[in-house]
Amino acid sequence: MQAYLFVLPAVVIIGIFKVFPAIAAFYMSLFKWDVIQGAFRGFGNYTDWLYDNSLRSPDFWRSLSTTFTYVILTVPLEIAFSLVIAYLLFQKIRGRGIYRTAYYLPYVTSFVAAAVVFNWLFHPQYGLVNALLGVVGIGPQRWLDEPSGFFQIVASAFGIALPEWAAGPSMALVVVSIVTVWHYLGYQVVIFLAGLSNISNEYYEAARLDGASERQIFTKITLPLLSPTTFFVFTIATIGALRSFDTVFILTGGGPLDTTRTVTLLIFKTALQQAQFGLGAALAFILTLIILLFTLVQFRVLGRRVYYG
Amino acid sequence: MATVARTFPRSTPRPRLRIRGRTIALHAFLIVVALAVAYPFYFMVTSSFKDLLEATKNPPDVFPAQLHPENYIEAWNRAPWGRYFVNTIFVSIAVTIGELVTASLAGYAFARMRFPAKSVLFIVFLATLMVPSEATIIPNYVLMSPSRNGCLGLPCLGWFDTYQVQIVPFIATAFSIFLMRQFFLSIPSELSDAARMDGAGHLRFLWSVALPLSVPALITAGLVTFLGSWNAFLWPLIVTTKPDFRPVQVGLSAFRQEAGSSYHLLMAASTFVIAPIVLLFLVAQRYLVQGIARTGIRG
Repeated sequence: MQAYLFVLPAVVIIGIFKVFPAIAAFYMSLFKWDVIQGAFRGFGNYTDWLYDNSLRSPDFWRSLSTTFTYVILTVPLEIAFSLVIAYLLFQKIRGRGIYRTAYYLPYVTSFVAAAVVFNWLFHPQYGLVNALLGVVGIGPQRWLDEPSGFFQIVASAFGIALPEWAAGPSMALVVVSIVTVWHYLGYQVVIFLAGLSNISNEYYEAARLDGASERQIFTKITLPLLSPTTFFVFTIATIGALRSFDTVFILTGGGPLDTTRTVTLLIFKTALQQAQFGLGAALAFILTLIILLFTLVQFRVLGRRVYYG
Repeated sequence: MATVARTFPRSTPRPRLRIRGRTIALHAFLIVVALAVAYPFYFMVTSSFKDLLEATKNPPDVFPAQLHPENYIEAWNRAPWGRYFVNTIFVSIAVTIGELVTASLAGYAFARMRFPAKSVLFIVFLATLMVPSEATIIPNYVLMSPSRNGCLGLPCLGWFDTYQVQIVPFIATAFSIFLMRQFFLSIPSELSDAARMDGAGHLRFLWSVALPLSVPALITAGLVTFLGSWNAFLWPLIVTTKPDFRPVQVGLSAFRQEAGSSYHLLMAASTFVIAPIVLLFLVAQRYLVQGIARTGIRG
């Protein structure tokens, strides 16, 4: 009986604020629910988002595409950078602690404060980034205020006009992605360092005895044995990007011209600014399903190629 | 056990780079990246000591021509920062203590006690880790709202603009429960056997033996919780409307609008908002880093 008393506080809190709302969210998504509960709509809120409502569904597909673009822009960069840095830090070098602290600092910093600084570094008029680009002869950019596609901007600098489908993610989304990578880099480095320290030194010694080069050791030993960690980082970074709200909301609020409005921002707008809880809950549920599906697919597809020593 | 006792890089021998030139190249690379990563902080702090004219100079001066510490006083006086800080500190500490208590108790029960439905409960807790907060935020918002609209069949809490709305939902998480459970599992059963022989009950054993042995886990869970609470933004943004209960992050966000183009003041405010958590991190980074390496939580 005592055991129940031990788990009771946790059960009450998690039950009321986590389990119950998860179920309630699904319930709400089946109704017209604009602040107060209205008529039962079945899956009407879902079909509105997916195809039925000519005002809603373009917003949905656009935000979904923005969300996935954001994932593609951030996750591979985060993994590549943090893997290289962790590998280098793992060598016997002096000052490892100092480097690690420096890389890690952005992660403990609140995004609001970080956004204040980055908004200014990328300021169209006063920003340092434009000043630096000016030195190498590139004209000032509007960065976070720039809805045009990144590829389009680069191509037009060379006098090439790109078709609209090849314009690429908006410049604003690219900047948001850079700031995101900056923020999470140190976190991923720490995870990779832990993974590296789990690889037994015997493998390295044996390889050296056989005369393997540093590059061979990295590609044939470190990378394969590190694959569970890489997989873990990949999964958690992807889910983090699918869910991220603060980053985009604080830097751009979804603009310019809605080019950075991810699904989470659309949920926020629908449910909390327009007070359409039912529609918002349906959207939140769609996102949850995508996240769950993604986790499972990642696990099946990548899981097979991961070496579990 | 294996995952908990994971050794940290410091103690393991690692592959060696022999060639000196490579070592120099390595440091050069690491320093360049470190400077790029740390530059925004440097920029923030130096700009906070400049006057407005100098602060908007582009490219910026590396160091202020003249120090203007009065920026901090001006920024501090332009918004109710004292109130914001008191709110954030109170909420963060309350959440951290609450979470450590619930996680210790529940983690202990899952690790050391037997009871019916234990595994079912455990799986439900596990599953909550998979549910993103986006899915639960709307019902939670409704639950907290004033009573006139009905609250999903539950009694309405009417907790907008309070402290408890920022504290109570967060004083138990599956993450901390698992962390504590893992740690309690690693305590040798000889210890609990001996305690039982001496007539100590579970609560006594938890308090006098298990918790003192688990100080590193408590610090880790506490730091992760504290950091998350200190930096919380979306939830306090939507459930508070008055400065009386708003935390510093929401305050800073409001100050961004209000300060407009007074960039030097904005930088000063940003500096004092992140200073406490950066200092805490520098003092306790070992535990935070270990906690992340062990559990892979990402805020």
